[in-house]
Amino acid sequence: MSAPLLEVEGLSTTIGAARVVDDLRLELARGETFALLGESGCGKSMTALSLMRLLPPAGRIESGAVRLDGVDLLRLSEAEMRRVRGARLAMIFQEPQTSLNPVMRIGAQIAEAVRLHAGAAAAAVDARVLELLHAVGIPDPERRAREYPHQLSGGMKQRVMIAMALAGDPELLIADEPTTALDVTIQAQVLGLLKTLQQQSGLAVLLITHDLGVVAETAERLAVMYAGEIVETATTAAFFAAPAHPYSRMLLDSLPTADKRGARLAAIPGRVPPLDRAFTGCRFVERCPRALARCAEQLPPWHEAGAGHWVRCHLWDADQVDAATVAAPAVAEGEQAPAGEDAAPLLEVADLKVHFPIHRGVLRRVVGQVRAVDGVSLQLRPGRTLALVGESGCGKTTAGKALLQLIAPTAGSIRYQGHELAGLGHRRMRRFRKDLQIIFQDPHASMNPRMLVGDVIGEGLQALGLARTRPERLRRAAELLELVGMPGAAVERYPHEFSGGQRQRICIARALAVDPRVIVCDEPTSALDVSVQAQILNLLKDLQARLGLSYLFITHDLSVVAYLAHEVAVMYLGRVVERGRVDEILERPRHPYTRALLSAVPVADPRAERRTLRLEGDMPSPSAPPPGCHFHPRCPEARPECALAYPEGRAVSATHRVHCLLVEAGR
Amino acid sequence: MPLMPVVLWTDALLYLLLALLGGFAWHAARHEHLRAPWRRVARSRIGVVTLVVLGCYLLVAVLDSVHLRLRLADQSGATSAETRYSPEVLSLLDLALAGLRSQSEKTYSAPFATHLYVKEAIELPDGRVLRDYPRLVHGGAHLDDPAARGLDILWRGLLGALLGLALWGAILFALSAALARRRGITPALMRARIKAGRTEVPWRAALLTLASILALGGAVALLAGHYHVLGTDKVGEDVLYQALKSVRTGLLIGTLTTLVMLPAALLLGIMAGYFRGWVDDLIQYLYTTLNAIPGVLLIAAAVLMLQVYMSNHAEDFASLVERADLRLLFLCLILGVTSWTGLCRLLRGETLKLRESDYVQAASALGVGHFTIIGRHILPNVMHIVLITLVLDFSGLVLAEAVLSYVNIGVDPTMNSWGNMINGARLELAREPVVWWSLSAAFVFMFTLVLAANLFADVVRDAFDPRLRGAA
Repeated sequence: MSAPLLEVEGLSTTIGAARVVDDLRLELARGETFALLGESGCGKSMTALSLMRLLPPAGRIESGAVRLDGVDLLRLSEAEMRRVRGARLAMIFQEPQTSLNPVMRIGAQIAEAVRLHAGAAAAAVDARVLELLHAVGIPDPERRAREYPHQLSGGMKQRVMIAMALAGDPELLIADEPTTALDVTIQAQVLGLLKTLQQQSGLAVLLITHDLGVVAETAERLAVMYAGEIVETATTAAFFAAPAHPYSRMLLDSLPTADKRGARLAAIPGRVPPLDRAFTGCRFVERCPRALARCAEQLPPWHEAGAGHWVRCHLWDADQVDAATVAAPAVAEGEQAPAGEDAAPLLEVADLKVHFPIHRGVLRRVVGQVRAVDGVSLQLRPGRTLALVGESGCGKTTAGKALLQLIAPTAGSIRYQGHELAGLGHRRMRRFRKDLQIIFQDPHASMNPRMLVGDVIGEGLQALGLARTRPERLRRAAELLELVGMPGAAVERYPHEFSGGQRQRICIARALAVDPRVIVCDEPTSALDVSVQAQILNLLKDLQARLGLSYLFITHDLSVVAYLAHEVAVMYLGRVVERGRVDEILERPRHPYTRALLSAVPVADPRAERRTLRLEGDMPSPSAPPPGCHFHPRCPEARPECALAYPEGRAVSATHRVHCLLVEAGR
Repeated sequence: MPLMPVVLWTDALLYLLLALLGGFAWHAARHEHLRAPWRRVARSRIGVVTLVVLGCYLLVAVLDSVHLRLRLADQSGATSAETRYSPEVLSLLDLALAGLRSQSEKTYSAPFATHLYVKEAIELPDGRVLRDYPRLVHGGAHLDDPAARGLDILWRGLLGALLGLALWGAILFALSAALARRRGITPALMRARIKAGRTEVPWRAALLTLASILALGGAVALLAGHYHVLGTDKVGEDVLYQALKSVRTGLLIGTLTTLVMLPAALLLGIMAGYFRGWVDDLIQYLYTTLNAIPGVLLIAAAVLMLQVYMSNHAEDFASLVERADLRLLFLCLILGVTSWTGLCRLLRGETLKLRESDYVQAASALGVGHFTIIGRHILPNVMHIVLITLVLDFSGLVLAEAVLSYVNIGVDPTMNSWGNMINGARLELAREPVVWWSLSAAFVFMFTLVLAANLFADVVRDAFDPRLRGAA
């Protein structure tokens, strides 16, 4: 192997009292993709910022060396470092929305980067800007260069960010969660683009991510970070074949997949320890199910678990190797009886529409409608989970809220146990509030920060007159907290004292307080780390088995769907394009959009043979949907007749319906 | 009874405001999320320094807000059964500054002067008439030789400062003993900690500020008995007395105005943001219309109308003080009417954001009523905006009073206020030689108050603004 491009040795970074990066070592060869993997709060981003020397004001690099082609970046002066940034070392960030200046044209922003590094003449700069835009796969670059950031979609913006990063012809690109804010189909486009660029120019990529699937698909080697230090480093193939560190193994086990449907997910208890204290032993010891006595006292040394596969764990000490290689016993549990499959639907939604008027002009006249939800029909049976799947902007959250009358539906009917809910006023809706509840995506925003946890949970009991006195409500709240796996004493504390996963448990307890029968779960795990997500999914599954709840599970994450859902409805641009049982949808998808969606999801298994079906372009605006089938402009199999009329639903089987001309009924 | 308490309208409102403040403090002390930002204020050095300064102003204003009428000294022996009270309404501050109030000269005199500022015809004992600067009746009257006043001023000033520092020392000992008891350490150790600046609340900064204020105050207090420290105005009234009396006016305008406008701004702003639709349209229409009328015009019209009413119904007012007081209250009201729109707009925007928040949605999904949602979820979460606006508005209103009085539509001309002092000094500045002390005194007092209020407002905003909290 030739000399590595990037060599990091003993890098330690502190922010205030917290040592966010501790004794970090990694090597990166030319043209290689190296992934830094870990949950939030593990110091991944701080590592990237340390490499760029762009730490926040309180941050300080304490020791170590970062050698790029033999030059120690930490010894360069700030002026010299500025010449390195962009020219040899470039970075792209997670949020393309906030990384571009909203009042500058795209072309001008890229030209700025080009001029900085090349200092070329004006004509050459323009040519270079177009070349870059072309390189990142932006169609019609001449026109796009003259547009402003708000005219571009999220995926396009990320491409522009990549174009800017490439302006200086860097040797190493640091990508900090480049696709986390994007939808799966767009994520597939961006990852594909990075791969192509790498093959063309021999760029090395340091990919920072928490998504095991993305790592499996793109990286050649990876390092797992935990609480500021690297605990395992290996080639991707070796890692996914046999993860060596207990943390890595549990991370893989906690991923929800279809194979684990019957079983509980291996959730990692607890959370990442705060980094502002001194560690004496292994940092994972508190959460490790197989911790040895010496784990808490002795810093584990590096062990070689295979060729180029290093792990920092006592289990690999000579006398323990057997224990280390034995896989953790799977927590198996019999598949619950498929109850309620044939029962009468509890909630029936027919042709639900939610349109938001667009006002324009002085007189605020209505000039158009945003058809957020445009004719959705669903059926939810008791004790079952219906997943509503789609990319952001497809109207799935609006549909969920309209179901609970949090947003007034424009048309259509929502029948709960035969009672019509659509159009009920605040007062007449109250008697149904008890049965229909909701859990939100962001556990940090879904609780009033000024209320005690006990009052948050007791709010519904009070509003619906189920428990009149406060002591009674607090007692009930404590019971509910126990039910969701939290100590009952938490009622006396404020929401900000809890972590994301714990807050989501509190939110679940709040929904459960009124004894509901249906819970709308609006992406309840997408703001959480994988290991915490597993805890919440396990909890939801337990609660369903114990209390016979029905879930309308709104999500964009198909692996969660595979694990949890019984039925699936796929939404595109306000309409359900395909629905059916989970096995039908995931194994025999018929609609081209469903197929593209499924193939775009990165799978945490590098050996998986997959034919990737890449979608071009972005979802159109729901205020001006394309004529005919909404999907036909992006559909790889579109025919001329697709543009004529929206296809009627066709039944593939008794439970499986598709809206596509290509599917012939009854097949 | 030797005196009869008189409660003016503004006094009552000030007491109400203090009671509200006390109630809020008691409530906040029991709720961690309310206490935390105030703790941040108390731990900021600028926060405590400005608090000490504002506290001194507040003390003066409160002393000046306890009004009473003294019993008239019996002139006719004990013949009449009913006790008769003086028609003059005095405040505790007036009583404390009785010397300053009564020691008036004939006309202008410079600070620390022993002679008048204008020449007068003086009749000498031998019958000749001389045009010269006559000796003052009170200022420096104890001196045999006016040329020796420099030494006298220095000596009295130092003595006063020392007395002030002695008082400060007593406060220091009492405070350190109290703090030490709470922490369970010896007072000496506590004092060492304060001295080294190793306390959470920056007591050292607070005590140093207090020391300088007390030293200055002591010196001025001792000197004021024998000199006009800040000179006298056209009719010979002591300028220091005027400036101190103006403190109450300024503070009342700054605080009562917001108290008056608060309910309207809160109710309308939150209703507009929460209910939207026609309620929102109506309220927006109301405040955009109100905003389009020039504030000064509205104030001028209202104050002039009140003036006419007062002169037509002069018999309704028991005393000049009461009349002036009503005018002050009316000014607060009308300033409130013109200034609630800004806060209302801010609250509407914040409520629009909050009503879409997940916890409000969750509450509606639980069937909680609209007004409970407003009271429980929206109001507590917009209170930081209210507080920040109130503190920021305060200094603006104090300055507004000065400007309005300057154009004669402010407080009553008989009421002491910095605006009236500046208004009076307008012509003096054109005199030769110039009379600069009235204006300077008003300026220094107002400047100190507004600067302290602005700095305090910055600290409060930093402590309460959730966006800044994340950055800190």
